[in-house]
Amino acid sequence: MRRVLIWAPLGLFALVFALVASGLLAPADRAVKSAMVGKPVPQFTLPSLVPGKPAVSSAGFADGKVRLVNVFASWCVPCIAEAPQLMALKQQGVEIIGVATADKPEDMANFLRNAGDPFAAIGDDRIRKVQFALGSAGVPESFVIDGKGRITKQHIGYIGPQDMPEILAALAAAR
Amino acid sequence: MIAEGGLAALWIAAALALIQLVLAIGAAKSGADELMTAVRRIAVAQGALALLAFATLILLFVQSDMSVLLVATDSHSAKPLLYKIAGTWGNHEGSMLLWVTVLGVAGAGVAVFERRLDGKTLAATLGAQAVLALGFYAFLLMASNPFLRVDPAPADGQGLNPLLQDPGLAFHPPTLYLGYVGLSVAFSFAVGAMLTREVGPAFARAMRPWVLAAWIFLTIGITAGSYWAYYELGWGGWWFWDPVENASLMPWLAATALLHSVTVLATRDGLRAWTLMLAVVAFSMSMIGTFLVRSGILVSVHAFAVDPTRGTFILALLAIYIGGALALFGLRVGTVKQGSTFQLVSREGALVFNNLLLTVILGIVFIGTLYPLVAQAMGQQLSIGPPFFNKAAVPVTLALVVATMAGPMLKWRKDKWSALGAKMMLPLAAAVTALVLLLVMAPGTHWMPVGGLAAAAGLAVGSLVPLFGRNLRRTPLHVYGMVIAHLGVAVSISGMASDSAFKQERLAAVKVGETVRVGPFLAQLTEVRPTIGANWSALEATLRVVRDGGSGFELHPQQRYFNQPVTTTSEAAIATMADGQLYTVLGTGDAQGRWQLRLWWKPFVTFIWLGGFLIGLGGLLALIGRVLRERRADEDAA
Repeated sequence: MRRVLIWAPLGLFALVFALVASGLLAPADRAVKSAMVGKPVPQFTLPSLVPGKPAVSSAGFADGKVRLVNVFASWCVPCIAEAPQLMALKQQGVEIIGVATADKPEDMANFLRNAGDPFAAIGDDRIRKVQFALGSAGVPESFVIDGKGRITKQHIGYIGPQDMPEILAALAAAR
Repeated sequence: MIAEGGLAALWIAAALALIQLVLAIGAAKSGADELMTAVRRIAVAQGALALLAFATLILLFVQSDMSVLLVATDSHSAKPLLYKIAGTWGNHEGSMLLWVTVLGVAGAGVAVFERRLDGKTLAATLGAQAVLALGFYAFLLMASNPFLRVDPAPADGQGLNPLLQDPGLAFHPPTLYLGYVGLSVAFSFAVGAMLTREVGPAFARAMRPWVLAAWIFLTIGITAGSYWAYYELGWGGWWFWDPVENASLMPWLAATALLHSVTVLATRDGLRAWTLMLAVVAFSMSMIGTFLVRSGILVSVHAFAVDPTRGTFILALLAIYIGGALALFGLRVGTVKQGSTFQLVSREGALVFNNLLLTVILGIVFIGTLYPLVAQAMGQQLSIGPPFFNKAAVPVTLALVVATMAGPMLKWRKDKWSALGAKMMLPLAAAVTALVLLLVMAPGTHWMPVGGLAAAAGLAVGSLVPLFGRNLRRTPLHVYGMVIAHLGVAVSISGMASDSAFKQERLAAVKVGETVRVGPFLAQLTEVRPTIGANWSALEATLRVVRDGGSGFELHPQQRYFNQPVTTTSEAAIATMADGQLYTVLGTGDAQGRWQLRLWWKPFVTFIWLGGFLIGLGGLLALIGRVLRERRADEDAA
């Protein structure tokens, strides 16, 4: 028992080292194929998180319009970094639906004021039910939904300026 | 020529570190006095040369020598002198040179001042310090040369991030680095003691002042950094659980645990292996923190340049140093004799409890900080936010407060529950009173701040209990240090809880002449006019603020525009009162002449940093008290 305890710190460090090394040497591969791609959006309805923003219901997704569902949170730093890109998408006429995970109305209102507000609607996914139903484990993540209500692309991580061509292509392909 | 002189100083310092290592091995084996003297002198010379190199870089920045690449990319001739100097460490190469300089100077400090430790352990310690220095010299000279020239030299520099043009930057990073790298001494002491197997009260007493000093700098650095982020970022927040902040918190948590366990080792000769472990962990956390910050592998609001080559280099150093020290721990600690034992209800017991809780918090912060990497290894990119950290860390911190209250009331070795119970009555009464008051006067407040305020009230009273029944004049300085530091914890927690429970925020778009209310304040926007500074221009608002039933004052928040490089920043205007701060930010204006204003009323928010500085002051008193006492003991012995 004592021997195990004595060597445990080194073992733990080896684990952390392997983890960090893999993170450093293999840059994030963001083109992960999602199990949800090609499938219809799971049925869900979320109440509105902030006053003045409509609630979200997936029933309305099959109306012929292409949408971007953005799973995000006011407490997430990469979400602030991707806000300018979402604003650009909005200006190009993309309807962006926000799914706010584990968030509070006041915090979200703050976030929208500081980072900008590209969202047509923001659903309150306080217990992360919809996030998990979408097959998303973290924030931010974005899903392209085609006019039939099917997921055609899952983008894991924040949408940086370098990701914009890919997102725009996916949105165009979904039309 | 000056730049080449600095580079030469670095190379010579690196060579001296190598000689220091070789001689230290000899001295640790033979214990020969002449060798030991040589090691001491070389350590001093090495530290002096590192300092010279750093001073050279500062000179280059002050002179705005644009033929030096680093100066050209990070400075500008139009920058105020203070920020030219601060610019020296406001970049990767300069901050790494500062790191190495502190490492060298700390080693020199040990060589000059450490007289109590037995010769072989001291030699091993200085040898370990030389190994640390060598790796970072190599990193600097091979992957981060700060003295690189650029040809042709540009006409002027590319400026410095305007967020960093703030007096806060002049002092915050160097203070933190003194803390981070100061912990290297504890690390080297632990490695030295493991090599010679001399782990006992003498070793602990020798190590304690170094740990204390590094810990004081860390405490002040974190406190100042938090305040800097608070007023400079203009977000009204004071802690964001950002990876870079966590990188400074983790060594602090480990050093705080170490500070308490080293006292057990010094006073009662207990917790030998655990203290060694903490000494290794504390500096390891400093290095991991630096690595996380410098490699850019975690997404952070502190945008540092991402460079995988440098990341790989530091990672290799981490593997060698941390892996090596932990392997040495595994090999040697089994042969370190068990120290003395103690009962569960005793000062030692409370300190062990305190150490466990601090370690749990450290674990929470560590996991939360690194979890995005785990996710990335599994193919995902995500961020863990304050909800996780707060939910996980706050309850443990509340338990820690109880341990902090109880510890100083207990006797060493063995005490009785009943004795503890009697002493806990008064603080408990204070906590319950605070709890009842809050529940009656502010029902519906979240349990975290309520718990925090109640615990802070208890600890504020409890921290003074150790002074009861003592002759205050004869009470040793380090006891006052402890009392003040623990009181500081209570003050800081009460500020955090008060801000999160009672802050009021108001956002409004107002025209000149209109008035907005936040908390007990009425603020009128009387004017927005352009103003100009050394290297920026700004729009400055005048807010005439009246507090209910009080007199008026003016605040001037600004939107600043920097030309080099072109950036806009919000300069918050803050009014500090005895019971809190009014924090105002000027946002953008619209075509109709409306200006966006953000106002916060933050009751007792200043207590957060007041408490932080009290903790540091307590540490300083303890350090002075301990050093004086040791010196007196030495004189008595002589």
